[in-house]
Amino acid sequence: MRKDGRQVERLQLPFRVAFHISMQSVRIRFWRSVITAAGTVLGIAFLVSVLTAMMIQRNSGAVTDPTEKYRMTWLVIMSLLVCLVGITNAMLMSVTERYKEIGTMKCLGAYDIFIVELFFIESALVGLIASVIGWFLGVFAVVLIKLFSEGLKVFGWISPGEVFLYLLLSIVIGTLLSVIATIVPAQVAARMPAAAALRVEV
Amino acid sequence: MAVQPQTNQTTATGTEYIVRCKDVVKEYMMGTQVVRALNGVTLDIVRGEYLSIMGPSGSGKSTLFNMIGGLDKPTSGSVFINDVDMAQLDAQELAFLRCRTIGYIFQTFNLIPVMTALENVMLPMIFGGLSTDEAIDRGIELLKLVGLGERLHHKPSELSGGQQQRVAIARALANNPQIILADEPTGNLDLRTGKEIIELLRQLNKEQGVTIISATHDLKMVDVSDRIVWIRDGRIDRVEERAAVEVRVGDVEGTPG
Ligand SMILES: Nc1ncnc2c1ncn2[C@@H]1O[C@H](COP(=O)(O)OP(=O)(O)O)[C@@H](O)[C@H]1O
Ligand SMILES: [Mg+2]
Repeated sequence: MRKDGRQVERLQLPFRVAFHISMQSVRIRFWRSVITAAGTVLGIAFLVSVLTAMMIQRNSGAVTDPTEKYRMTWLVIMSLLVCLVGITNAMLMSVTERYKEIGTMKCLGAYDIFIVELFFIESALVGLIASVIGWFLGVFAVVLIKLFSEGLKVFGWISPGEVFLYLLLSIVIGTLLSVIATIVPAQVAARMPAAAALRVEV
Repeated sequence: MAVQPQTNQTTATGTEYIVRCKDVVKEYMMGTQVVRALNGVTLDIVRGEYLSIMGPSGSGKSTLFNMIGGLDKPTSGSVFINDVDMAQLDAQELAFLRCRTIGYIFQTFNLIPVMTALENVMLPMIFGGLSTDEAIDRGIELLKLVGLGERLHHKPSELSGGQQQRVAIARALANNPQIILADEPTGNLDLRTGKEIIELLRQLNKEQGVTIISATHDLKMVDVSDRIVWIRDGRIDRVEERAAVEVRVGDVEGTPG
């Protein structure tokens, strides 16, 4: 209800519909999604490879240098930050490419928040898939390297439960990373004027 | 439904105006330079008419489209839709107006590329609160109306330009708008397809009573328009009633010289 008493009916975008649109967007713009996913894949792969390497070292009974742990933590955090910037950049490009689509949605009645929602769902989806891929690559790479240097006994030093925990951790961190990286691009998209729908490329 | 007409002011002659532009000026900043895209446009548009806004490229047609469509605000002057001053509307009310009262058609079709024809037509109805089933039924009905009943589940990239524009027209009609705004709807179409689209718009105007406002420099539009507003350098150059255009053509044929 407005102050002058006029009632405004709220427009809506049900989650189910938003999810469907975002999913289609990830699927149809496959290569764009791959570029966005790359940041998360690399960041998570690095994180998981460090964790896996530490686990193998610990289980092999080798003594670990305590300062090494801090150094690696620092390195992982830095790499995740770099990936964050990468994802933001890829998402910003994606927003600029879609100015006409965003403008059109606004012409059809979309509120700014609908646009934000669509971008967040999309980045969460990409982040989720990228995390699983990154986890797999991280574990795979370290196991392969250790297999070459240490031989088959490596398999005895892997705790499956812990590796599975890394997957959960990857999904949480990766998805969050992707969504956080999309805050700025989603805002840029939401501020796109409806009139952008008319813009003709020159 | 608040943004909808309260009472429609009718003039003494009984003419009901759906859109009124008063001294609309629009300036854009280009770096440090001011570009005056509209330079005092006053125009009343009658409910149910088919109005063409004609003028050369750069004359301000798209800018006027933005003003009437509530997509941008004038630098000065006002635009009324159903006697509601658009400057008084907040973001939510403007969104509601765009969703329910106006349907937009663009030169570049502007279908959402990741959605099928049917999904594109359904989107404004979903925004408007229709259930999926209702939206599907009405979407199919509308796509049949524009002659695309066989292409419901095609993606825009699988459709020709003319077919995409038909989907766009169906989408514009989704929420039973009072006004359809079209910016160069035939600009990206070949001659024959353009003609079909114009005829479809005219048919919808007659059968559904929807007011059509079309910015164009396509002279094919002249034949179907009730009125033609010629604009030049952001000003209305002249307004012609179709009757007058026909009479004038008759004059030319009748009186030599
Ligand atoms: N967003 C904008 N920024 C700066 N100048 C603009 C913008 N939109 C339109 N103009 C200028 O306003 C004038 C009218 O443009 P437009 O309304 O697009 O004309 P038309 O649609 O008749 O070709 C042109 O000189 C154009 O360069
Ligand atoms: Mg134009």
